[in-house]
Amino acid sequence: MTLSSHMIHLMVILFASIFTDNILLARFLGMCSFLAVSRQVKTAVGLGLAVVFVMTCTVALDWLAYRYILQPYQIEYFRFILFIVIIAAFVQFIEMVIERYSPVLYQNLGIFLPLITVNCAILGASLFMVIREYTLLEGIFFGLGSGIGWMLAIVAMAGIREKLTHARIPKGLQGPGITLIIAGLMALAFIGFTGVLSGG
Amino acid sequence: MGTTAVAIFIISGVGAFLATLLVFAERVITNYGDIEIDINSGEKKFTVKGGGSLLETLNAQKIFIPSACGGRGTCAYCKVRVTEGAGSLLPTEEPYMNAQERAEGIRLSCQVKVRNALKIQIPESLFAIKEYVCVCEKITDYTYDMKQFNLKLVDPPTIKYTPGQYIQFLAPAYEGSPEEVYRAYSISSDPADKSTIELIVRRVPDGICTTYLFDHLKEGDRVKINGPYGQFLLRDTSVPIIFIAGGSGVAPIKCMLHEMKNAGNTRKAIFFFGVRTTKDLFLIDEMKNFEKELAHFTFVPAVSQPEEGSNWQGVTGRVTNVAEDYLKKQSDAKEYEGYLCGSPGMIDSSIRVLTACGIPEEKIYYDKFS
Repeated sequence: MTLSSHMIHLMVILFASIFTDNILLARFLGMCSFLAVSRQVKTAVGLGLAVVFVMTCTVALDWLAYRYILQPYQIEYFRFILFIVIIAAFVQFIEMVIERYSPVLYQNLGIFLPLITVNCAILGASLFMVIREYTLLEGIFFGLGSGIGWMLAIVAMAGIREKLTHARIPKGLQGPGITLIIAGLMALAFIGFTGVLSGG
Repeated sequence: MGTTAVAIFIISGVGAFLATLLVFAERVITNYGDIEIDINSGEKKFTVKGGGSLLETLNAQKIFIPSACGGRGTCAYCKVRVTEGAGSLLPTEEPYMNAQERAEGIRLSCQVKVRNALKIQIPESLFAIKEYVCVCEKITDYTYDMKQFNLKLVDPPTIKYTPGQYIQFLAPAYEGSPEEVYRAYSISSDPADKSTIELIVRRVPDGICTTYLFDHLKEGDRVKINGPYGQFLLRDTSVPIIFIAGGSGVAPIKCMLHEMKNAGNTRKAIFFFGVRTTKDLFLIDEMKNFEKELAHFTFVPAVSQPEEGSNWQGVTGRVTNVAEDYLKKQSDAKEYEGYLCGSPGMIDSSIRVLTACGIPEEKIYYDKFS
């Protein structure tokens, strides 16, 4: 593979994971924080960026752990435990950083920040990386793309929900009801990307 | 079996490694650098290392905010007004704040973290609270479980306090007690002598600090105290006073009597001092001296259970009953101010007696020893 075709391959993985194979809208992973923290664009961007960063780094860390710890000893079946431990430690670390450098974001995210730890999208990305047998570089691009895709979805949702505050929503549908309907419509829209790119 | 052991070992190893990394990161990242704290709008400013709680940071700067629970957010004594930099009220503080306190920006200083520049307001009197290094000058045995400790101040050499206030005594770690502890004791000395603090302490069975004071502290030893604290003060009025104290509760009242003597105060005052047996009586001569030196002062020791054959000539009965009998005979009972010091049980029943005799509750001042 030449350098340019290699680059194209990585770009395909990146864009496929952002659009056609969006981890949130195509795989429905990471729903709980998607529904809970999508009221304001500002906080959605903050959480989204945290997810992008955490996902990119944890996919890379998990890849290294898988390749150099689990595979040599043939204990791949421990990947769930090891991946989640690495993710948890990493999120803890990120939490410290945000608390230290952005108290406003820390106040706004509040209790949602630890939710990243149990955000299934993050563990999901690491597990897809194993299933699809990505190389480290491919994994990083996949993690980055998945994170951006997740962020794109939550920011779009937050934007819509901000507009919704002025809308007249039937009482029974207010809150989670209308949010889930919007999520469904967004997922339908993302199906339009199907077949444009293939990241697999 | 071997592979399982290896697997467990590897996974545990990774876990331990990550935990170590986190501990290390916490040290580095939660290091907030130098932060400026401004007290009372520029009256005092200092730069501190950030990251800790406001309470411990102020303590390190020798500004002693009262705290009884050790920073666990349960006593709510450490309230300070933070005008800038503390962020919003934390869930741990909510239960202790009423609407007015919330509006004023009152916070629990043990819960507020020093992360960025803070502006705070604290009462002037807290500035007077300092740490003092003293030498234990003299230990006097009063009874089988009561001792007096005279502490000579070394650094700073003098202390300014108002009679009725207390200090906190630091009992260092000693055999059987691995940690330092602070305990509060009322000052009993003559306030004219600003270089000595006198404490009257009753031994608490298995008490950490009293065991130190009774069994370990020797004359000539260096100790640390901080203070003064407390609002149990003699009010500047001319109405008659009724003092009621039990056991070591005599300490702050003795200090107040010294003050009255020094000021040539001629207020009418009566002091009911309650003990259980005649063996518990002490300071009788000093009190008799006050009777001579103060124009209208009467001292009434009351023994609730005099031993058989003790030949007790004085008043017998519970101190609260004795005080009640006295007040009932006074036509101006309502005019009295009550000053109470002793165990919570004694104080509660004294308050009942005094209010029953017509003394309004806001004119009853007390210091509960618990």
